[in-house]
Amino acid sequence: MKILVCMSQVPDTTTKVRFTPDGKSFDATGVQWVINPWDELSLTRALELKDDASTGVTQVTVAHVGPVGNEPTIRKALAIGADDAIRVNTESNDAFVVSSQLAEAIRQNPYDIILCGIESCDFNGSSVGGMVAEMLGYPSVSAVSSLKIENGQAILSREIDGGKEILTVPTPFVAIVQKGITKEPRIAAMRGIMVARTKPLKVMEPIATEPLTSLLQFEKPQPRAACKLIDAENPQQLIELLQNEAKVI
Amino acid sequence: MAILVFTENWEGKFKKLSYELASYAARIAEMMNLPAMALTIGNPDPDELEKLGHYGLKKILVAHGKNLGTLDNQVYASIIGDIALQVSASVLILSNNGTGKALAPRLAVRLKAGLASGVNGLPISTEPFVLRKRAYSGNAFAHVAIHTPVKILTLSQNSFELIDKQSKAEIETFQVTPDSNLMKTKVTDVQKQTGKLLLTDAEIVVSGGRGMKSPDNWGPLIELADLLGAALACSRPVSDEGWRSHEEHTGQTGKVIAPNLYFAVGISGATQHLAGVSSSKYIVAVNTDKDAPVFEAAQYGIVGDALKVLPKLVEAVREMKSK
Repeated sequence: MKILVCMSQVPDTTTKVRFTPDGKSFDATGVQWVINPWDELSLTRALELKDDASTGVTQVTVAHVGPVGNEPTIRKALAIGADDAIRVNTESNDAFVVSSQLAEAIRQNPYDIILCGIESCDFNGSSVGGMVAEMLGYPSVSAVSSLKIENGQAILSREIDGGKEILTVPTPFVAIVQKGITKEPRIAAMRGIMVARTKPLKVMEPIATEPLTSLLQFEKPQPRAACKLIDAENPQQLIELLQNEAKVI
Repeated sequence: MAILVFTENWEGKFKKLSYELASYAARIAEMMNLPAMALTIGNPDPDELEKLGHYGLKKILVAHGKNLGTLDNQVYASIIGDIALQVSASVLILSNNGTGKALAPRLAVRLKAGLASGVNGLPISTEPFVLRKRAYSGNAFAHVAIHTPVKILTLSQNSFELIDKQSKAEIETFQVTPDSNLMKTKVTDVQKQTGKLLLTDAEIVVSGGRGMKSPDNWGPLIELADLLGAALACSRPVSDEGWRSHEEHTGQTGKVIAPNLYFAVGISGATQHLAGVSSSKYIVAVNTDKDAPVFEAAQYGIVGDALKVLPKLVEAVREMKSK
């Protein structure tokens, strides 16, 4: 069984988000790039499954759509333990374009399980997993918080309002992964970093697709009014403010 | 042509989120001079349908069918996609909740439609069609233009006011028979707590962080939540430590919520935490460190030890409730 983990590269989650003065693009000055957190969790779970011989998982590949400058982030995924990587050589912030490239890569070299993070923490689109699945005609399961393979059968749990559902789905399928899929993201060990340099990273040229959306502009949220401090000995004052000023209780 | 909104029902019932979606669809329909229609799958109660109709919908379509009790993304997307084509939907609206996020991207491919997810208000313009959406996990907003004839968007929860027009919608019920080849997922078990106030639906949320010091100290926090009719939440370290369940984790990698009032108790307010709660209308912070970033996001704050402040806060709320 082969697993493909789709990954995007995002600014480190502690980054102070800034934009260029015209508001049209993200200001990447001094930004550290990391694997999107949910994609990192997906990769970790894929590797855990591969570590367990009973699952029959023999290969974990990562796929990324992005320019050559993003290769250090792909190498991080290889250092963490992915066997090989695919990079489709184009850049887009339109989910349809990104998904079309991933779907094409999968058509050329199919996988049994495709894992996508539930969203990327830059554009928060929550789109790529579902789009790839629809393009390939595969079933998809969203908000997956557990993935096991028993006797060749994938068993997933999916978060629903107020609980979870356990479900089975035949391969090939796309699982759109959220928190809970594994405890903590795996970290690259020194040996992993050394061998990552020589692991295969295949570069594919993109297929022609037109974006369906475009990002015109960014804005920062309005700064909130200064915080009113209330004496710790007198929380009645807070309750009064919430009741009469904010009118929320 | 029409504005079509998918309003799921929960065992036959709608909730505030459904009325919000209907109000939003009706408002866009006015802007574009088109009728607003809702689609729901299953067997909603007649009273519930009538109430949903009050929010400016011209028509509500109710699709019945076998094996539609649990969400199969492929099957649901095929049903909604077919209806969208039948009514020539020019805008298709879903919630940015779990179901909406699962279906919208599949529908975007089926209908060759541009998708904007996590939209938090009316279109900035309809010609071209430009929307404001959540980006950088709550640290920014992006203006997205959709270029395709059919547009799909998912609306963030608690981002649009209800507009009750006391209007009456025509109800049309019909049978659907989805392609059995599409039904590939099989739900084998459901583990669900019923009757519990959902974090994403709550108007008030009371959240505890590391400043609570131990899981044994949650008593007064739970009491505060009970008194206020609030849902409980927590920060990431708290759920990582196993003090509270992962379901309560709010923040970038946990749940993203937008209640009217959010109490951050003993939470310093790391960027990742604030990302999940910054759309709250009001934030109250209780923290020992007066320089903690949470006070920059909060409108009201108390500098003090959460464990000492909480009992007094509980007492003050109790007093208010007794008046």
